Amino acid sequence: MREILSVLESDARATPERIAALTGIAEDEVRAAIAAWEADGVIRRYKTVIDRDRLGEDRVTAFVDVTVAPERGRGFDDVAERIARFREIRAVHLVSGAQDLRVEVEGSSMKEVADFVAQKLSGVERVTATSTHFLLRRYKDDGQLLTDPEPDQRLSVMP
Amino acid sequence: MAPSRKPLSRVVEACPPSGIRKFFDLAQTMKGVITLGVGEPDFPTPWGVREMAIHALTRGATTYTGNSGLLELRELICADLAARNGTTYRPADECLVTSGVSEGLDLALRALVNPGDEVIVPEPSYVAYQPCVAFAGGVGVPVPMDPAEGYRLDADRIAAAVTPRTKAVLFGSPSNPTGAAQSAEDLTALVALAEREDFWLVSDEIYDRLTYTGTHTSTAAIPGAWDRTVLLNGFSKAYAMTGWRVGYVCAPEPLAALMHRIHQYTMLCAPHVSQVAAIEALRSAEPDVTEMVADYDRRRRLFVKGLDELGLTCPEPGGAFYAFPSIRASGLSSQDFAEQLLGEQKVAVVPGDVFGPSGEGHVRCSYATALPLLEEALERMGRFLAART
Repeated sequence: MREILSVLESDARATPERIAALTGIAEDEVRAAIAAWEADGVIRRYKTVIDRDRLGEDRVTAFVDVTVAPERGRGFDDVAERIARFREIRAVHLVSGAQDLRVEVEGSSMKEVADFVAQKLSGVERVTATSTHFLLRRYKDDGQLLTDPEPDQRLSVMP
Repeated sequence: MAPSRKPLSRVVEACPPSGIRKFFDLAQTMKGVITLGVGEPDFPTPWGVREMAIHALTRGATTYTGNSGLLELRELICADLAARNGTTYRPADECLVTSGVSEGLDLALRALVNPGDEVIVPEPSYVAYQPCVAFAGGVGVPVPMDPAEGYRLDADRIAAAVTPRTKAVLFGSPSNPTGAAQSAEDLTALVALAEREDFWLVSDEIYDRLTYTGTHTSTAAIPGAWDRTVLLNGFSKAYAMTGWRVGYVCAPEPLAALMHRIHQYTMLCAPHVSQVAAIEALRSAEPDVTEMVADYDRRRRLFVKGLDELGLTCPEPGGAFYAFPSIRASGLSSQDFAEQLLGEQKVAVVPGDVFGPSGEGHVRCSYATALPLLEEALERMGRFLAART
């Protein structure tokens, strides 16, 4: 059954019919399994990986290390959730190391991102410090290489 | 200056050039060809392996190694075989690192065969088997297997071809070109025959990791087989390392010693940097293998189903990355089918008769090709067939 997920993970548009052909699992079973995973929240959503650079779109991303004074009894959960709810925030992770949260912020300009960090993020209660790293270039995203694929150098007919 | 008029090697001259060659030349000149004609993975070597080889070069892995190959590699190979197949080989003197299975095959036959000895080759078979038998001074005895039985190794058919001169049976499982993966039962029957008639088994298991239905059975793991089996294997297929030319051969010591002797005078050693890469492959590339095998399996299902819907039926290939469908529905010979399909629809397949006369009426299609291309190839083959009915 995991086979179904690995097909979907590499191609979110794969139809149940196609998944059945690829995995040898009956189409009905494929449909049922997907429905169950969607209901359980195992499948969160179907996503497209877009190379924004190639699209020529100006979008600015920053990774921000956030230091938090955790709350008695609640740890980081409350603060993390408050941060995660901002539209500008793409991802929030609790990490080990000197800082506590590593968050990804997206905006249409450096100024927009900088303003967000200065005015919103660092103002969230219990956030004590931030350190912002602007993203310069993506080489691999979500397991997908964004560089040009290697050419197929195989000869066309070989024993 | 004129070349000598004395005849060149009669043995080599008598061996026809590979039937694949003609096709290769034709396909090379064309643009937009989808090739199902290639016997190698479409994946590049896993990056971790390549990176290690680059590092090894900077550190000076540019020399010869010992003739047998790096001991660390042989130890890893023997441990891998023990874990996967349950067979035991001593790294010191029962395992030899070669320049691919191609060299191992040549060594095995030259170390086994005396002039005139017969080597039974179940067909359809890999293109190099018969020529290598001939180059070793032996006589290849083709024995066709039955497509209706999924090309299983039929010990009865082989028994009918055994003579007092039979020295060995040479076969691949899973098979190039049919994809047939042999069952423990059929191998057991073959081993019993080998014991009764006293011959060797040369077992080419280069596609062992690419087994999709059930698990691979290694010939040497069958009770009674070890003492009379030569195991050929390598890194080309499972680890997508064709161009590195690194494989290995395992056999009982007396035979291994003779293979070693030929190897030390002819090849010296397998490429050093490739051996380092092979060590890294065994150490770290298992997740890559698992992923590639899962991918081949998906393509296999889709492609074999697609062929079937076109009326190009084949027994379900249990291993390797080949389908070997019957093309009788087209009314064409294998050569004509492959030639016309390439000319009209720009899809390259290999005519079945290059794998022996019993391959006539079939073509070999490799599904080591990206899914969208496989689907496009099926469509083109559909158009090709539609124009003929």
